[in-house]
Amino acid sequence: MAVCVAVIAKENYPLYIRSTPTENQLKFHYTVHTSLDVVDEKISAMGKAVMDQRELYLGLLYPTEDYKVYGYVTNSKVKFVMVVDSSNTSLRDNEIRSMFRKLHNSYTDVMCNPFYNPGDPIQSRAFDNTVTSMMVPAC
Amino acid sequence: MEGAGPGDTGNGDGEPVVVCTMENKPIVTWAGDQNVFYAVFPILTQQLPREPMEWRRAYGRAPKMIHLESHFVQFKEELLPKEGNKALLTFPFLHIYWTDCCDTEVYKAATKDDITKWQNALRAHSTTDWLIVVVESEAKKKNKTNILPRTSIADKIRSDFCNKQSDRCMVLVDPLKDTSRSQESWSLFLAKLRTLLLTSFTRNLGHFEDEMRTLREKRTEPGWSFCDYFMVQEELAFVFEMLQQFEDALVQYDELDALFSQYVLNFGAGDGANWLSSFCQPVRSWDGLALRKPIDMEKRDLIQRRQANLLELRSYLFSRQCTLLLFLQRPWEVANRALELLHNCVQELKLLEVSVPPGALDCWVFLSCLEVLQRIEGCCERAQIEANVCHTVGLWSYATEKLQSLGSLCGLVCEKGPCSEDLQRTVDLLAGLGAERAETANTAHSPYKKLQEALSSEEAFEKHYLELCHATIEMYNSIGRSRSAKLVGKDLADFYMKKSCPQKAEPFLQSALSMYQSEGWELPLTHTRKQLAECQRQLGQTEPYLRTCSLLAADVNLSQEERQLFCQEILKFAAKNSGSTESLVCLPLGSFAQLTSLSFEPPNAVVHVGGSLTMELTLLSLMPEPLQLDHISGHFHYNLDRNSYRKTAEWLTRHKPASGTIFFQAEGPLGARGTSPTPELSEMHEKSPSEGGLVSAGVICRNVHVLLRPPDSQSSSSLDRQTSVTVKEGANTLKCHNVTLQPGLNHLTFHTQAQESGTYTLRQLVASIGEVQLKLPHIYPIVQYDVYTQDPQLKVEPQSECLLAGIPQSVKFTVTTGHYTIKTGDTLQLSNTESMPILLGAGTTAAIYRNSQGEASERSLSIQRSEKVTSICLPPTPPYHILEFELDVVCLLPEAGHLLNGELPRRGRDQPDALSSNTTEQRVTVDCPWSIYSTIISLSFQLPLRAQHTLLSSGTRKYIQVCVENTCEFQFQLSESSLSSTRDLKFRPLHRAGSQDLQSQQCLFFIWEVTWCPDLPPSLPCHFSVSFYPVPSPNPCGHLQPFTYLFHLEHFYTLYTVRAEISPPPDAQFCKTGALCSLEVCITRLCDSLENDKEETLTDCNGYSSAQLFYQVADGGSNWAVCGRSSGVVMMPVKEGACHTLHMEVMPLFAGFLPYPDVRLFRYLPHHSHSQQLDADSWIENDSVSVEDPCELGSGRAQSRGLISPGATGASVEHKGLPMPRLQPFHPGQISNGSLGRQILVVPSTDDHVLEVNVT
Repeated sequence: MAVCVAVIAKENYPLYIRSTPTENQLKFHYTVHTSLDVVDEKISAMGKAVMDQRELYLGLLYPTEDYKVYGYVTNSKVKFVMVVDSSNTSLRDNEIRSMFRKLHNSYTDVMCNPFYNPGDPIQSRAFDNTVTSMMVPAC
Repeated sequence: MEGAGPGDTGNGDGEPVVVCTMENKPIVTWAGDQNVFYAVFPILTQQLPREPMEWRRAYGRAPKMIHLESHFVQFKEELLPKEGNKALLTFPFLHIYWTDCCDTEVYKAATKDDITKWQNALRAHSTTDWLIVVVESEAKKKNKTNILPRTSIADKIRSDFCNKQSDRCMVLVDPLKDTSRSQESWSLFLAKLRTLLLTSFTRNLGHFEDEMRTLREKRTEPGWSFCDYFMVQEELAFVFEMLQQFEDALVQYDELDALFSQYVLNFGAGDGANWLSSFCQPVRSWDGLALRKPIDMEKRDLIQRRQANLLELRSYLFSRQCTLLLFLQRPWEVANRALELLHNCVQELKLLEVSVPPGALDCWVFLSCLEVLQRIEGCCERAQIEANVCHTVGLWSYATEKLQSLGSLCGLVCEKGPCSEDLQRTVDLLAGLGAERAETANTAHSPYKKLQEALSSEEAFEKHYLELCHATIEMYNSIGRSRSAKLVGKDLADFYMKKSCPQKAEPFLQSALSMYQSEGWELPLTHTRKQLAECQRQLGQTEPYLRTCSLLAADVNLSQEERQLFCQEILKFAAKNSGSTESLVCLPLGSFAQLTSLSFEPPNAVVHVGGSLTMELTLLSLMPEPLQLDHISGHFHYNLDRNSYRKTAEWLTRHKPASGTIFFQAEGPLGARGTSPTPELSEMHEKSPSEGGLVSAGVICRNVHVLLRPPDSQSSSSLDRQTSVTVKEGANTLKCHNVTLQPGLNHLTFHTQAQESGTYTLRQLVASIGEVQLKLPHIYPIVQYDVYTQDPQLKVEPQSECLLAGIPQSVKFTVTTGHYTIKTGDTLQLSNTESMPILLGAGTTAAIYRNSQGEASERSLSIQRSEKVTSICLPPTPPYHILEFELDVVCLLPEAGHLLNGELPRRGRDQPDALSSNTTEQRVTVDCPWSIYSTIISLSFQLPLRAQHTLLSSGTRKYIQVCVENTCEFQFQLSESSLSSTRDLKFRPLHRAGSQDLQSQQCLFFIWEVTWCPDLPPSLPCHFSVSFYPVPSPNPCGHLQPFTYLFHLEHFYTLYTVRAEISPPPDAQFCKTGALCSLEVCITRLCDSLENDKEETLTDCNGYSSAQLFYQVADGGSNWAVCGRSSGVVMMPVKEGACHTLHMEVMPLFAGFLPYPDVRLFRYLPHHSHSQQLDADSWIENDSVSVEDPCELGSGRAQSRGLISPGATGASVEHKGLPMPRLQPFHPGQISNGSLGRQILVVPSTDDHVLEVNVT
């Protein structure tokens, strides 16, 4: 499944970023950060198009040799970025989509927490569990 | 294409077919008369593609408009496909037989046989797509006369060969002539030809597709080979390409692509197909994609021979897709697909576990990237490419990445240069490239040449790598992907660092660093910063290096060891003792320690001059180990703001918040900086110093400068802001020496003694460790303390809400010492006022506070009193203290004072305001020891009681009533009331003796009967006094003075009695409403002329001295109507017992007990008593105007004081030039009205049904 999941604030700083512990964390940070370029591009292209911003899923942001980076943006411009291993071919677009939706739901729960201050790093355990469930292999 | 003549039939061998699809056209054979065909051929090839034809297709595919072209070849039997041959390209789609035979004989002799032979050949191959064309020409017809018009050759042919398909025979009339008939036949022919061609396509392709599908369905069978299938489906693609249906052709390749990908995936999932093993051969050649030829026959052959490996298959497939996409004008899709393909290939090789020599794949990818880019460049314009950089930049970046890894693999990046092992590897890699392809051999910058050159030497590698890097960065920047650009820049910096060029690496690292910082990405930030530190160290940039070290030492993302290492770097530098101040390095304190809070003692941060002040700082040290500071100092900015009201001592002590501790917002987690700060709002109340001046209230935002900062400047954190405010070494510095900052929280205390008054603002915090100076250049929120000086002040204010006269009350004296020190023997000299003595209590004590509400201490106070002054001996008090004590004072009641002076009471008639406000003001002059000027203190007292008297008469008997009103809020008890007069008047109290309570705002009445001796003076002073004390707390009763009231009695004897009598009409028992009754008024003189009644004007009449009296009957309640004259003048002899009776008629207007009408008497002073003469009667007749005025005068002011001049009336009348007699009212008591208060019963008239009740 996903090897790295990140939630990025509207202002492009990370609210949450987690990657598989076996691999170099730094590399994923760089990857996710770089993917914001494409996210920005897609968002601005979306803005230019129709005002119908229902579609939150941005699709494949950019592929690298080893990973595929997918993006998703909420209506409040909080970005979700998911890095998937390229060798993991069993993941279809639809599955990525549903993973994002799950992530979004969990994020919404975090935001609903009255003790959570929007803009702070996410430390919710429930959110963490959701991410964990996406990062372990499905089989 | 144009060169394809009809004779171009020389591919009889068929093997190998030159598959060059663009030049291919569907094959149509011709047979029959060569001359006829050659004549028509040019027009035919020109006309056929002119009009498009709609191609309806099977399987629900959308119909297409298609322009048809054909390649005409002479019919040979070998051309017809043999059974099982699936080649479509060489398949003849249509066979046409041409003849211009117009002679039946000739037809029968030769043509028919020829056609039959042709038909048999076709039938043998079960080909149904044929056409026979008969070319007719007028010229030929004219020569032959035996032509039967009805049965033409065409009809014959139709009947002979087209037994059911008569349309398989067309007639072309005069094809070379430009007649309408000819044109018509041409267009008919062309339409037929197109239709037949399409029909043939549809049928044959459909057939082919069916077979292909069948083949595909067999793919699970053991012997199935992808390569074979590939060839079959590619054939279809070729045909579509030939028909210029590139979209359809591309679909064939995409299907092949998907099928292959699926097999590879399945292989990865453990479901391997046998045929895949051929693709798993080790990769031996990595020459990259070849996109310049439309078809790479070499690779195609390899596939056909089942010898291609994965890369070769992919390369071939992509080259075909690329060709088709370029035909479709979609170069950007090529770029995107290329990147996908390259990634995919790398993955697939991994998945299939194909053995690839190290670096080979990098070579392949690098070459492929450049090949794709060059291919796109070759078919697009420059502007177009620049506009679509976003599609190609991925390839650039990928190529850069690959070149970089090749560089490091081959030892071209490191400083030492490649070793022999590296060189061997390079040679192997170059060998795998093979020879350069023919088509690029002449190109200067072919990918092949580039790679070869780059791997040849370090310099060449650097040149190529830099070129690629810069191009990539530039492209990324141009499309706004700055993050990607920075990442490539960082790679470049890495490269420079490896090449030992830190000066070139630094700007890239700096820009990347600032971006990670502004966007709050901690790990990349730390990583980049570490790289930068190394770079700066190599560059020898001491200060930036140390600054970076300090940030790294504080970085929690690093391990403790690493942090200590960086910390040691700083300490090592600090320990270096060069001694000169120039080598002093200034670093931001904020990266070492955070200022978390600061507090002052006293907590409100306000001290007087000379007072001591303590400032406690809390610093959170971020260092991994203790830090020994030589000193730490706070620099204050001094500002003297003397004029501002805010800087006065009162304002400061009162308004400054006493909480004392200021908390500083931490620089916080990196991310949180992106959010805008919350506004800090606070209330503002301000009162101008002058009393009753403006008062304003509002809300202030304290951090407007933060909120309104433009967003881009916000990103530059204060940590890195390089503002060089010079440290002002001055007197306003607080210092702490030898401080050790432990990791975590540290508390530092600074002491100082306030010097000059003013405001001190903490601007900077500076610490020093050897050669290193740590500075906090800005401190926010503002930290400041105020120092004030204060002039000594005396304030006197009542303890209670208001002061009451006559009652001892305490007054609070407050001495604010300010800068003055009260020494032993300093006294306050109070001038004594007679009306307000100061009561000396026993053992008065004073409380001494510090200004800032410290604990109080009690000191005794001695008060001495002399005749003129009361001096209060103040206890010694240090400066800036408050001395408070209370004194009891009593304000004597003003009446008593006046009486003592023997003055007339109510002298204040000219001060009616003072009376009505009922207060009295006392001024005390105080001489203070600190000033040569006297202070005047004004205290106002309220009079608690007010008295009024009334003289009451009953016949000749006289009574005095005194009304005492309580005007203040307190309750009093009154006792010992007494009334006394100087002389022969005697008073007999009629009220109750003993004490009585008097509530607030109530009145108490006292009444006395007066008896007197004869021969009294005209004015008799009377003195009323009553003791009072407040009821709830009658403590110092002894000092209370009685309340006194002084008034004068004048003319109180009764001169006349007036009696009125109303009697009903003689025939009635009672008065009736509406019936006239008689009123008899009897005026009787009770005494002789009096000595003291000199002012009475007497006239001589009938031997008696007489007084003229003016009477008036008036009914205030409108109960009576006076009939006839209601007023008049009578002469009264001044003699005891003299009586005068008047008769008048009155009519009651209401029924019931009616009060008698008023009878009023005035002295009548005829005008001749003045200088003017006037007829009395004329004035009397004029009564309606004149009588009222004296009445009013009399009633309004009679009781208050003696003589009344007609004043305004007389003046106004005289003003009109009418001199008038005057009326003078009697003093109260001089007239006794015997019928006052009498009532008479009036019954209603008999026929009155309405009972009127009138209550008065």
